[in-house]
Amino acid sequence: MKLPEIDLYLIAPEIILTAFGFLVLLADVFSPRTEKKGYLGILSLIGIVVAFFYTLPLIGSGKSGFEGMFTADGFALFLKVTFLIIAFITILISMGYAEREGIAFGEYYALILFSTLGMSLMASGTHLITIFLGLETMSIAIYVLAGMLREDRRSVESAFKYFLLGAFATGFLLYGIALLYGATGSLQLKEIATYIASKNLLRNPMLMISLVFLTIGFGFKIASVPFHMWTPDVYEGAPTSITAFMATGVKAAGFAALIRVFFTALPQFRPDWTSIMWLISVATMTVGNIVAISQSNIKRMLAYSSIAHAGYILVAFVAGNDIGISGILFYLMAYAFMNLGAFTCVILLGKKGEENTLITDYSGIGFKYPLLAASMTVFLLSMAGIPPLGGFMAKVYVFSAAVKEKFYWLAILGVLNSAVSVYYYLRVTVLMYFREPQREITGLQFSPASVLALIIALIGTFYMGLFPANVLSFAQKSIVGLM
Amino acid sequence: MFDIVWLVPLFPAIGFILNGLFGRALGKKAVSWIGPSAIGLAFLTSILIFFELLKKPPSERFFERIIFDWVVSGSFHTVIGYQIDPLSILMALVVTGVSFFIHIYSVGYMHEDPGYIRYFAYLNLFVFMMLNLVLANNFLLMFVGWEGVGLCSYLLIGFWFEKDSASNAGKKAFVVNRVGDFGFLLGMFLLFTSLGKHGIWTLDFTEVFANANKLDTVTVTAITILLFIGACGKSAQIPLYVWLPDAMEGPTPVSSLIHAATMVTAGVYMVARCNVLYSMAPLSMAIVAVIGVATAIFTASIGFCQNDIKKVLAYSTISQLGYMFLGVGVGAYSAGIFHLMTHAFFKGLLFLGAGSVMHALSGELDMRKMGALRKKIPITFWTFFIATLAIAGIPGLSGFFSKDEILWQAFSSPHGHFVLWLVAAVAAGMTAFYMFRAVFLTFFGESRVDPHVAHHIHESPRIMTIPLIILAILSVIGGYVGVPHVLGGANHIHEFLAPVVGGSEPGKSHAALSFVAQAWASGGENGGHSAALELLMMVISVVIALIGIGFAYLFYIKNPTLPKLLAERWKGLYRLVYNKYYVDEIYQVLFVNSLKKLGVGLWRGFDDFVIDGTVNGIAILIGWISSVMRRVQTGLVQNYAFSMIVGGLILLVYYLLRTIFY
Repeated sequence: MKLPEIDLYLIAPEIILTAFGFLVLLADVFSPRTEKKGYLGILSLIGIVVAFFYTLPLIGSGKSGFEGMFTADGFALFLKVTFLIIAFITILISMGYAEREGIAFGEYYALILFSTLGMSLMASGTHLITIFLGLETMSIAIYVLAGMLREDRRSVESAFKYFLLGAFATGFLLYGIALLYGATGSLQLKEIATYIASKNLLRNPMLMISLVFLTIGFGFKIASVPFHMWTPDVYEGAPTSITAFMATGVKAAGFAALIRVFFTALPQFRPDWTSIMWLISVATMTVGNIVAISQSNIKRMLAYSSIAHAGYILVAFVAGNDIGISGILFYLMAYAFMNLGAFTCVILLGKKGEENTLITDYSGIGFKYPLLAASMTVFLLSMAGIPPLGGFMAKVYVFSAAVKEKFYWLAILGVLNSAVSVYYYLRVTVLMYFREPQREITGLQFSPASVLALIIALIGTFYMGLFPANVLSFAQKSIVGLM
Repeated sequence: MFDIVWLVPLFPAIGFILNGLFGRALGKKAVSWIGPSAIGLAFLTSILIFFELLKKPPSERFFERIIFDWVVSGSFHTVIGYQIDPLSILMALVVTGVSFFIHIYSVGYMHEDPGYIRYFAYLNLFVFMMLNLVLANNFLLMFVGWEGVGLCSYLLIGFWFEKDSASNAGKKAFVVNRVGDFGFLLGMFLLFTSLGKHGIWTLDFTEVFANANKLDTVTVTAITILLFIGACGKSAQIPLYVWLPDAMEGPTPVSSLIHAATMVTAGVYMVARCNVLYSMAPLSMAIVAVIGVATAIFTASIGFCQNDIKKVLAYSTISQLGYMFLGVGVGAYSAGIFHLMTHAFFKGLLFLGAGSVMHALSGELDMRKMGALRKKIPITFWTFFIATLAIAGIPGLSGFFSKDEILWQAFSSPHGHFVLWLVAAVAAGMTAFYMFRAVFLTFFGESRVDPHVAHHIHESPRIMTIPLIILAILSVIGGYVGVPHVLGGANHIHEFLAPVVGGSEPGKSHAALSFVAQAWASGGENGGHSAALELLMMVISVVIALIGIGFAYLFYIKNPTLPKLLAERWKGLYRLVYNKYYVDEIYQVLFVNSLKKLGVGLWRGFDDFVIDGTVNGIAILIGWISSVMRRVQTGLVQNYAFSMIVGGLILLVYYLLRTIFY
């Protein structure tokens, strides 16, 4: 028997994340209970930085291993860089927030690391089992994280809802995977594609049903309509730092798996899934944006906004060309910066026992907290797609991909949706600068870590808008070989 | 060495950021140092690069430095990049050099102003933008600079925005410039798409000019005319010159820097930069030359009757810009740029001198309330007088060489014409007249100064007079880089610029050759005849200038009652010219009022009802849909799961139908 070839360097980032996850847990156990737990956050940050430096040398190697279960191609690595940035910023904003809300346990940071590990596996998996394991590793960690505010009913409700529906979606996904296996006899993505092509299984009902079930499973993770219903409730109830993590990281990982599976295993079905995704994309953008308008809670509003952004990203998915897929990578990174930034502002405006997440709470803070309000404005404008910010360039790439593939209506609907979204983004800005404060918000504490997170997010948002070419060319190089 | 070109715009940018963001914290003293030294460093860097460039043989005097990719979108790709060649480095030297002295002057001039810090922030930003304009290696970045200087011009004209007249003047400048910019943009678009038709998607100067021969004459003519509309706006030519006189509402050093020495010459620079395109379009060149010379004489005549010293200088600037356009319009690009340079010296100086006069007279601008200041503010007088001699074209001073070069080219170039020369020569005489009128009214004769102002007339502090002296020196010697061959000079500037603007283009040199051949055939004596002719022309233009000065002397020194008599004798004509030919009023009626009426009509009728109705209707509708859809979100997990099932079912049915029907 030949032993499988094992190249540990290939999974070095994953190993490091795991190791540091356990390290954080242990450090927590062996430290006195009364002590402040700030160093756990720092330990996790170190873990992420180390993982980052083990990810970088892999770029360009395009190696895969573990008998075709795992790859470190450009696509996976770009996403890993994105995940690590997201995790880094999330931990930074958690350091103040978790302390404030009394949830700075060791498992809090460890779970973020484990969840990031799951995301990495999703991006790197070239085998349905790897991808599924990654997805569950990520999800289970998030279920727990969402319920971290154990005293808060909404947080518990949020975790429970997410868990129930997540399990439901996972059922579909597994069923889809099983059907795929049944029809093709393989779980390796490339082998599936080869088999379908050789046997001409384009009208196979098992594959058809499998396609729908996979769409449901991944559609749930990226919060696309009609599998999005959990999003606002969960985002509202979960600790804000975790909401930010979900909206950026989980979504990006969902897209990673979706793209990997559909483009690698099911390219023959492209006409089929393109037309479904067209519908889902339009529905997602429209529902997300329209319902966002009538929200009164900023976290719910941002939840709907994140649904809408999934819709924009799906526009490029439908286009499915080089610009589209590299545009998705660009978009996910830009979205990470601006969304994490916006949630950071949401966190900074709250204090212990007073979250201040009503949109009306933002009235007049432009004069009281000018830098906070200005940063929030930048992030909101970026999400609305106003130049010269990252969100604008992201939308440019996404929509131009659709135009290039002659999906004119999709692009038009996308741009119209963008116009609608400006309303609710700007409403917050208007409140901040043109309304009198409704009530006094005083005694806010800006922890240095959150401020650093804010600065990183600002730099990222501006950088991707002003110098998009650098990131874009990285993204373009990353997708070579995927398509 | 050339690699450091990015430092040139970087220094003013740092100055802007420091002064603009932290000026208040740093304090006035720090700002006074940062502002001028940022420009000084940029000036020094430019000098270094200039000498480095001189070391290279003329054909290799070109260097590009790409800072970073700017826009990458499909097949279109453009960069932030700077290019060094004789033309751009000369412009950079003029811009940074003159700016430097004016920054220093400003430290004295603006010292009491409450907006001192804001002033230097704007001024640094202006220099940054201007350097982007002249150093850019592509049209798009040039346009960024072009718009940027327009913005700074707006901000600085309206610097004292509490005054209605100042903020209105700022608006006027901005709006009129928009008209021109629109032309520039269209020209750029047309250039881009028509080159694109040949598969060349670029706005890079080098690539555009290398491929220009692929374009047909009609297209190039359209492109160059559109670009020239942009130049008309920025460089205040007929019909878009009306903003520049109003721009005098800004602080005087601003008028000197932006509205005389640098920004307004951007149009001339642009035409010279695009010389390859213009040389392909004889019609466009003719238009440039005719507009230029018409502007030169038209605005010179307005200068006759202005009493506000800055207004005289403003019209004079427009008139001189007309000369530069005449130069580039007849294909004498280097002559145009030469005049641009000398004009930057003497006109910058004239404005600073006017500022110094105002400083002495507590802000008085009306020349009827001046007089006999010669003894009281001698440095201001002498420098102002030198600049006047230069602009009037007195032999030996810089203006003489550059203006004469243009006049000679207007006559002798294959694109030139006797009429162009004649009009320009007459305008030169008029220039001499109104400039000496200004000198005589301000510095000679009897004092008409208000008594309570009169007793504290004082010379400006040294920080203001030293820049005056330096610019005066430059106004004298600045011309010696371009002494024509006929006077035994080497015309260095012409040779220096030749790799960019001269001889590079085959059509023109061919035309020049045939002209020489003609002269050969008709004259019989080669060269000598034409040299004699050139000398004769020179003498004529000097005589015309002297006549202008003579008239000024007669009117304002010898017989000061004469102007009044003449004004009464030709009352109608005088009123026409005094009111600037009512151009502003005509524009008001033709464009402003009718557009305003159209705007109000569209606003009340179309916007309020149709647009707002639709928009608000849609907004209300969407809001309503939103509130209905919000209710779907029940919070019950069963419903959410149900929605997923329904969604899945819909997808399945859709697939099924698709499978059956396709």
